[in-house]
Amino acid sequence: MPIWNNYHLAVSLQDALSVLERASGPALCVAGGTDLLLDLQQGRHEPVDTLVDVTSLPEATAIEIRGSELFVGACVPLSKVVKSELVLNHAQALVEAAGLIGGPQVRNTATLGGNVAHALPAADGTIALVALAAEVEIASYIEGVVQIRRIPILDLFIGPGRSALKPRSELLTGFYLKLHKPGDGSGHKRIMRPQGVAIAILNMSVWLNRQRDVIQNIQIALGPAGPTPLRARKTEEFLTGREPLPEVLKQAQAILLAESQFRTSPHRATAEYRKHMAGVLLAETVKSAWDRA
Amino acid sequence: MNLTVNGNPIQIDPKPAEMLVDLLRERLGLTGTKVGCNESECGACTVLVNKEPVLACTFPAAKAHGKDVWTVEGLAKLYAERKGQSSDESTISEVAKLHPLQQAFILYGAVQCGFCIPGQLMTSFALLEKNPDPSEADIRYALKDTLCRCAGYPTILRAIQAAAVAMKTGEEVVPPDVLESQSPMDVIGRLHARPDSVEKVNGAAIYTDDLHFPGMLEARAKRAGVPHAILKRLDVSRARALNGVVVVLTAEDIPGEHYHGLVTKDWPTMVGVGERVRYIGDSVAIVAAETKEIAAAALDLIEAEYEIHPVISNPVDALKPETELLHANGNLLKHIKVRKGDIEAGFEQSDVVLEHTFQTAFIDHAFLEPECSVARLTPDGRMEVYVGSQIPYSDRHEVARALGWPEDRVRVVGQLMGGGFGGKEDIMGQIHAALLAHATKRPVKLLFDRHESLLVHPKRHATQIRIKMGARNDGTLVAVQTELFGDTGAYASLGEKVLTRSTTHSTGPYEMPHVKADCYAMYTNNPPAGAFRGFGVTQSAFAIETMMDMLAEHLNLDRVELRRKNALKVGSITNTGQHLNESVGLLECIDKVIAEVDRITPATAETRFNSRPVPGAEHLRRAWGLAVSFKNTGLGGGANDKSGAEVELYADGTLEVRTSSAELGQGLVTVLQLIVAQEFNLPTSRVRVLVMDTDLTPDGGPTTASRQTYVTGNAALNAARTLRQAMANTIAEKFDVDPAKVKFVEGLAVVENQRIPLGEVAGMIRAENREPRALYEYLAPATSPLGTGGNMHFAYSFAAQAAEVEVNTLSGEVRVVRVIAANDVGKALNPLGLQGQVEGGVVMGLGNALTEHFIVEEGKVFTDRLARYRIPSIVQSPEITSFVVEHPTAEGPYGAKGVGEIVSIPTTPAITNAIYNAVGVRFDHLPVDQEEIVKNLRLPIFEPH
Repeated sequence: MPIWNNYHLAVSLQDALSVLERASGPALCVAGGTDLLLDLQQGRHEPVDTLVDVTSLPEATAIEIRGSELFVGACVPLSKVVKSELVLNHAQALVEAAGLIGGPQVRNTATLGGNVAHALPAADGTIALVALAAEVEIASYIEGVVQIRRIPILDLFIGPGRSALKPRSELLTGFYLKLHKPGDGSGHKRIMRPQGVAIAILNMSVWLNRQRDVIQNIQIALGPAGPTPLRARKTEEFLTGREPLPEVLKQAQAILLAESQFRTSPHRATAEYRKHMAGVLLAETVKSAWDRA
Repeated sequence: MNLTVNGNPIQIDPKPAEMLVDLLRERLGLTGTKVGCNESECGACTVLVNKEPVLACTFPAAKAHGKDVWTVEGLAKLYAERKGQSSDESTISEVAKLHPLQQAFILYGAVQCGFCIPGQLMTSFALLEKNPDPSEADIRYALKDTLCRCAGYPTILRAIQAAAVAMKTGEEVVPPDVLESQSPMDVIGRLHARPDSVEKVNGAAIYTDDLHFPGMLEARAKRAGVPHAILKRLDVSRARALNGVVVVLTAEDIPGEHYHGLVTKDWPTMVGVGERVRYIGDSVAIVAAETKEIAAAALDLIEAEYEIHPVISNPVDALKPETELLHANGNLLKHIKVRKGDIEAGFEQSDVVLEHTFQTAFIDHAFLEPECSVARLTPDGRMEVYVGSQIPYSDRHEVARALGWPEDRVRVVGQLMGGGFGGKEDIMGQIHAALLAHATKRPVKLLFDRHESLLVHPKRHATQIRIKMGARNDGTLVAVQTELFGDTGAYASLGEKVLTRSTTHSTGPYEMPHVKADCYAMYTNNPPAGAFRGFGVTQSAFAIETMMDMLAEHLNLDRVELRRKNALKVGSITNTGQHLNESVGLLECIDKVIAEVDRITPATAETRFNSRPVPGAEHLRRAWGLAVSFKNTGLGGGANDKSGAEVELYADGTLEVRTSSAELGQGLVTVLQLIVAQEFNLPTSRVRVLVMDTDLTPDGGPTTASRQTYVTGNAALNAARTLRQAMANTIAEKFDVDPAKVKFVEGLAVVENQRIPLGEVAGMIRAENREPRALYEYLAPATSPLGTGGNMHFAYSFAAQAAEVEVNTLSGEVRVVRVIAANDVGKALNPLGLQGQVEGGVVMGLGNALTEHFIVEEGKVFTDRLARYRIPSIVQSPEITSFVVEHPTAEGPYGAKGVGEIVSIPTTPAITNAIYNAVGVRFDHLPVDQEEIVKNLRLPIFEPH
């Protein structure tokens, strides 16, 4: 049995959602497919009847300012996110994170929506969007009508690899981010190992607002530090109102370790190493965002 | 759907589950685009879709609707159209028709096996379209995931930069700056492009999977999937009944011999009912079907029941008396012994004795072209096997035995090979394809996917090496005892030979009076281990070169002087009792490398290897590390090391040199072309090379042991000289002169004032009822078996390397900044190819140290996808400086000896020694683990002496 029978190039949200709903056998939406197609090819996912390609949806392929927000379409290839001046100006951490996903060829097809929809706890794009407190735009198909709603990104994740999206009637269409204001800065870092699967041992994104010598506001996301992407709220709370001096960061590290759950992944990293690197990444990522703010 | 491919509008409908690469290769016949992994890791399948490079192996064909697709076949056209030329103009040469990138890849020697080149070209083309003036960092970023296992990364980088300049200026591509031999001849020792390079950059090169015959079936093998068991029951009836399956064969259906093996015939072609499964990759049945998909589906319908036995997962356990025996002769394949002097007396005479145990892991060759065999019956009842093989005559022998046929009823037609590195010496699909073609009377293709390739083919041996080293306080080595356990896995393959080399090289390129080395080559239930570039010496060099640094530290001696003091020199006696009478360039290699280290980072002997903080980044520490090595050329150990080559003169004045020796990317075809061109004083374009065909080429023996330049080089040299002499005799007869007066100049035979085109000489010889060709069977100087004290090998190559590493003391991450290599290769016949070997060897050695780890747990392979087994990319490729040391060996062709392996051997210990020097963490096992660096960091208290 072929791993798919029909490949439908959807031209609109209505088209995509109606085909997804009506397809007779198992059906899935596919964006860049850089993970899904491998899962199908290597037998980690059952064959499907229909794949609905959403990479040409006009509703999900724009990068533009909408009112007081930046909209980044879920189906924009990552290479376009990386090169986007708008994203660079308003969400530098996202540019850095998107530039780390896959390799150059993969980024020409892979999308931010795919990175997020997989609901992995340490996807680089996801972690950056969580630190940037993105809102996710979701299109639902209810009785033949496309309806659009927005939710905070963290509400999307139920567990490792599990998102709240209904696979046959919902699509992720884009992300809303706050526009840059004076004192804002963000950055993304990760640690890899040269052997084995190219998945981050640990990654971290920081967005902060700096007023002179203190952090006015800060958002920190990291993974894998639990079943879903983690917002380090206690660490954020501690750092708010302080200057990120070495001794302050040292104290922040201890708080970060207390609110994170690090585990050992065979052939990748021990929990101890992750703990150690969480401290290193915190200092480096806060500094990167601070210096840009 | 509609799309354009290379500018041509195409209307074609996608099939279910069809990827773009299948559409291009199978339905449009554009086989220039290669599939290396089929899992988005290697980049070989890169094509342009609307100008962006994408991976065609995971790009649904249906998605190409309305798109503009370009493949390597269209690259030259794209450029010609832009310049307003027609690419078909017959007035311009083949090379001139190419895109500047393609020309630069050829000129710079970036093309080796050629398999990754289409992907490299398309990725770099897309880069130059957007960024006409890319920096080195831009190139590394763009090519990060376009892998090259020949690791021509430095040449790829330089070629792209040269092409960028040529495209900007509109001028010709500027040739590379590569040192020629110190004593170049007319042809030998100078820079030449590979004879197969044009086809390798324009997409025309045919590898086995690019072949298609009418009516061809697709085959797959059913693998056991359990490491150790007895096959109790096998039912293939459901698979046979599947629509589209043509035949399913089991062990019962093998007409001839059931076992094969390069040295020991212990490897079952298929495991029969009641027989033992010894590793997960053992096959129990083979299927031929109308399509790949049907063949794969049939595998799932084969029912096999196993009686599971305990897994023998390491060589130390395998030797224990209570362990179950895997083979009739037990689990000990061979106990290998080296003895010199009196080891106990030696330790008594020593001032210090150090002892340490080292571990090395399995390593996969990860050649980018997975194994593929195509077999077909000819109308006259012979079997033809098309395969990229390092030993075509051995394949013929094994296929004939399995069919129960005389060998001359089988023809092996060697194909271009996308890398081998020792991993294409054993039988993989050759016999299976032939059995299926025999049973179905139809052509059969058996292609491994990357997953199967990783599971099934032999690896580099995992080893445990204990070294006990006795020395005087002044550093003079007195006694070295080594004990090695080598894991040869389920079958012998070349295990005995590989581990013999590990053992004889386990005391390093040093002279000491007392040696005792013991190696236990053990069978286990792991995938078999066999030949791999370095042939066992990679492992023992890591152990002994680490030990030498430990000794230097212990005695507070300069590690350079310690090595110089003990180094093998002309007049030395090796641990196997061989008197070295010539061609030992080790000291010059060391001196060249150290001089360059001091030029880059000025230092004294006391400070040269010190840890240095990186200014502005105090968490980064840099240091140099040093290692030296030697490696035999040729089979040695008493084996008859012979090779045949034939040279023929044609009526058009061209020559052809023929031998079955294998071209796997290393450049033998260039070497043979240069030798013949040199002997006839001809431009290289007048010499063709034909290799790897058992009907058309004489037996050149296995392409292994760095032997071909020497052995087949000598065969070609002597065949050329014999033919030249015959030509001279014919001319001399005709003109009634002394044959010595006949000269060969620029494609002409010159005698007195006559100038005779070579083509005419061919006619003159034919008129004498003789053929204008000469066959020469070269037999290398005799060697003696281990333990008999004579010459174990007829030549050795020597090398020194220094690696500068940068260690991140916060994360433990290691970056190799630069490597300086000096190799004594006797004589550099083909300097451009030599550079490719050196740079590729260094990067492969870097992979062995830092990125590669083939993980087997209780007989099961964890690293069963390329995604889990990482080979170095251009991002990790260091700056490499290569010095060529030429201490000729008298019997070698123009003085040359082996190159292919020595270039890679010292890299790993140079890197691990450098890590110790930088941060005080000593690695006695591989690969380097950044966690351990953080855990064991000896900063800031660590102060190297």
